Amino acid sequence: MVSRGPDLGTLLPPGAGFDPAMVNKVMGQFGHGGFLNMQYVGHGADWVELSIDWREDLVADPNTGILASAVIISLMDNATSMSIWTKLGEFRPQATMDLRIDYLRPSPSGKRVYGRGICYHLTNSIGFVRGFAHNGNPDEPLAHASGTFIRTGDRVS
Amino acid sequence: MTDTAYPLPPYAQALNMTVVDEIDGAPVIGMPFADRVQGRPGFLHGGAISGLLEIAAIAAVHRALQAKGSDSAIKQVNVTVDFMRGGLGQMTYAVGEVTRLGRTMANVEARAWQDDRDKPIAMGHMHYLIKAKREDAT
Repeated sequence: MVSRGPDLGTLLPPGAGFDPAMVNKVMGQFGHGGFLNMQYVGHGADWVELSIDWREDLVADPNTGILASAVIISLMDNATSMSIWTKLGEFRPQATMDLRIDYLRPSPSGKRVYGRGICYHLTNSIGFVRGFAHNGNPDEPLAHASGTFIRTGDRVS
Repeated sequence: MTDTAYPLPPYAQALNMTVVDEIDGAPVIGMPFADRVQGRPGFLHGGAISGLLEIAAIAAVHRALQAKGSDSAIKQVNVTVDFMRGGLGQMTYAVGEVTRLGRTMANVEARAWQDDRDKPIAMGHMHYLIKAKREDAT
């Protein structure tokens, strides 16, 4: 049985505003975000930071305990996606068009990983994002991300 | 998993990924739909699709190295994922193709699909660093 979970479009109609902490209670507790137990850390006008705690079942290699790289992708996907809605000031349905991650170093065993997503440009249809992941000190990033999202419903004019 | 010496990582096992087939010598990885891979209601999360692509890519590189008689370890440098279709609530497959295996790096393309392999839901392009033999690694 797969629980469908709440739908953001229903929860947040246009004009309802956008609160990343509240929205992460949906995206971080249901589905894949819930499995990874994504936590809200903070946000600004055009960025959102989330975190994931290290867990034994999220590792790539049991001998080293380093996190699977896909955990970083999921973290950056959610953080960058939410940075667009934060900059827009409201929720709009969108899909990830592409996402690139450069892995500067592994995320070590036992360490919480933080992901900051930044929306640096918006057009009517596209959100351009970048971001980085770190273990607590943003000056020591472990991965960089860049990508684009396309709005799948109404455009913003 | 009996057909390769490389066991799937704990992350892959947690998402119930298994080797279900083989295409051109590369393992096909299957991932069943479940709440833990769901994004927006009824659809796969992009991160779970990316994870499936990466597991398939890594399995393909290990298989290609084995075929050369190498026991080198690999390290992922980067990945670019193109998302082409929404992943529906059903079984998803992925396979990696090692487009070049050199002494120091491997280029891989991975494809994820559901019903029709010619209609990928996502493609990944990855670079892996080929590290020194395990016994020599520091």
